[in-house]
Amino acid sequence: MRTVFYIIQKEFIQVFRNKRMIPIIFFVPIVQLLILVNAATFEMKQIKMAVVDLDLSSSSRQLTSKFQGSPFYRIIDASFSHDKAMLLMQQGKVDVIMQIPNGFEKNLVKERSTQVQLVIDAINGASAGLINAYSTSIILDFNREILIEWLTSAEMGNVRRIVAETRYWYNPKLNYTTYMVPGILVLLVTIIGLLLSGMNIVREKEIGTIEQINVTPIRKLEFIAGKLIPFWIIALFELAFGLVLGKLLFNIPMEGSLWLIFLSASVYLFVILGFGLLVSTITNTQQQAMLVSFFFMVVFILMSGLFTSIESMPLWAQRVDMINPVAYFIKIMRMVMLKGSTFSDIHTPFYSLVIYAVLIISLAIWRYRKVA
Amino acid sequence: MKRFWGFVVKEFLHIFRDYRTLLILFGMPAVQLILFGFVITNEIKDARFAVLDLSKDETTRKLTEKIVSSGYFQLERALNTYAEIDRAFREGDIQLVVVFEPDFANRLEKEHVAHVQLIGDASDPNTASILVSYASGILNNYLLSMNSEAIPLQIHPETRMMYNQELKGVFMFVPGLMAMLLMLISALMTSLSITREKELGTMELLLASPLKPIQIVVGKVFPYVFLAFIDACIIIVLGWSVFGVPVRGSVGLLLFENFLYLSMALSLGILISCLTNSQQLAMMISLVALMLPTILLSGFIFPVENMPKILQWLCHVMPPMYFIRIIKGIMLKGNGLFLIWKETLILVGFTLFFIFLSIKKFKIRLA
Repeated sequence: MRTVFYIIQKEFIQVFRNKRMIPIIFFVPIVQLLILVNAATFEMKQIKMAVVDLDLSSSSRQLTSKFQGSPFYRIIDASFSHDKAMLLMQQGKVDVIMQIPNGFEKNLVKERSTQVQLVIDAINGASAGLINAYSTSIILDFNREILIEWLTSAEMGNVRRIVAETRYWYNPKLNYTTYMVPGILVLLVTIIGLLLSGMNIVREKEIGTIEQINVTPIRKLEFIAGKLIPFWIIALFELAFGLVLGKLLFNIPMEGSLWLIFLSASVYLFVILGFGLLVSTITNTQQQAMLVSFFFMVVFILMSGLFTSIESMPLWAQRVDMINPVAYFIKIMRMVMLKGSTFSDIHTPFYSLVIYAVLIISLAIWRYRKVA
Repeated sequence: MKRFWGFVVKEFLHIFRDYRTLLILFGMPAVQLILFGFVITNEIKDARFAVLDLSKDETTRKLTEKIVSSGYFQLERALNTYAEIDRAFREGDIQLVVVFEPDFANRLEKEHVAHVQLIGDASDPNTASILVSYASGILNNYLLSMNSEAIPLQIHPETRMMYNQELKGVFMFVPGLMAMLLMLISALMTSLSITREKELGTMELLLASPLKPIQIVVGKVFPYVFLAFIDACIIIVLGWSVFGVPVRGSVGLLLFENFLYLSMALSLGILISCLTNSQQLAMMISLVALMLPTILLSGFIFPVENMPKILQWLCHVMPPMYFIRIIKGIMLKGNGLFLIWKETLILVGFTLFFIFLSIKKFKIRLA
């Protein structure tokens, strides 16, 4: 037991001696928490529009001003040239072009039906879908106003309406930060934990100091434990720090129990650190270790449901996600923090993590050889 | 010059002997591209919803049918009372509940107004707002078709999706993936390979050799230019052959811009290695300070325009944002140099700036 304690002491001294390492471990993640939470949003705040009004009638002007009046739209350019508007789109200066054809008003009056063309930059498919939905609904609104204005009440009587009322439960203001903070905290703890542990043993291998440890009577289990515990403490501390900041800066809700969060986090960190140590034992250079950890990290994070929902992944990918520890922990964090889930609600992901931790640490101990 | 080539050959041998690293270097773009192409998607498809139909008439059935047949939604279950909604949200994977008021069809017929409630599970606010706007769009379309005889004055919006007619998510991800992987290989790998020599003590030997410092640095960087370039080509070819992502502009220009971005990332890597002495530190700086901003502050996944003003400014000092713009322009919009010269110049500026800083910081003596 004393041996483990000494290894832990050694690791702590090593981490904290590197003066530049401390700000990186503690400061950078915090800055990122602030930045990333705000950056990760699909909410359309401002849609840049170009109007090509070939009709120049009072109706077409009214339609344009309808867009002008919407807080979501900014009209960047109004001209008569389709080519000019297209050029703006190619430069990425506008997201959508509205073309009002010549005869817009005349057709509306005479043929009682007319057309408007929307050209949308669809490279980002999700945004394009939203822009289409917003723009169409503004045009339909305008259509309704015209009806009310132009029609007699008898004619008006034939028009049917369905009024859709929208409600957002659990988060009525659609506050994105409350949703993102738990996920980003997981991300930061994961990155720090995986990198510190993944690079650790391999560094001793590369520099050659592993030989010195190999000739001591330290047992494999003690060695792994001594390597694991310091990073476990650092990462847990980081989580606590992040939670406090999240509370102070974003006022994120904490519906469930804080102890449950830390209990799950300590299990989760054993998985991540064990994974890092495993990587460390099977690689020979830090460069290799880094690449391997990076590769798995990106795959785990992108499939974790942090940025895109797991439900929209194909079924086979959702099955593969069973082996993704990040997905389990993000689910736990969100459920406990946002919906106030209790232990009985999260027991499936929790026990999955426990099994995972046992498996991966055994594997790391088994793979670690005291022979160079 | 001969000495220099000898050094370059040594670096190449270093890399090629490490087959694990090579495997990952070339396997990574392929695996990630496939992952992005098939798995990671913002597209709404088969979102699960529930219906609370208090009216149960012809019209509400037709409307439910319309929502299902749109392809965005999949009917998970029918509810009977309001009280069931909360439970449905909590236990099931339902993301949207559509509530039709009692006597829906009759009211629509007689009073000409009927009410629908769309309730989204906003604990995931992104998805909730998208689902709600899609659902109300479907209702609107139904109304339009139903009113087509009744409404005498109609404006038909006609939409054309430019550059990406099928709204494929992979069109977004190919440029972003290039920016991310090239940054990873160039900045990270170079900074590691130089600090490694420092850490192992072999840097001392190199500095004591007749090679000039600039030759050492260029020699270290050279193999990675080569590798990263191959990776860029792999991504372009795979994106085109597997997912049909086109290269509408000039291929030559595309390769040139890749090369420019590579030089920028490499000079950044050199700068990092000049500032650090251990691989661990170099890696932490590259990864924490470069990778996440490259993924998030570049328009890779989240559009820059949606961010708060301060973050938008921050994005503008991140080289990947310009690169992604350039690549999207060339590959998807078919832009020529005259449309992207500004971004190109900015990348050149970044490169020169990083090189200048590295030269100032480069020390011939260690310790």
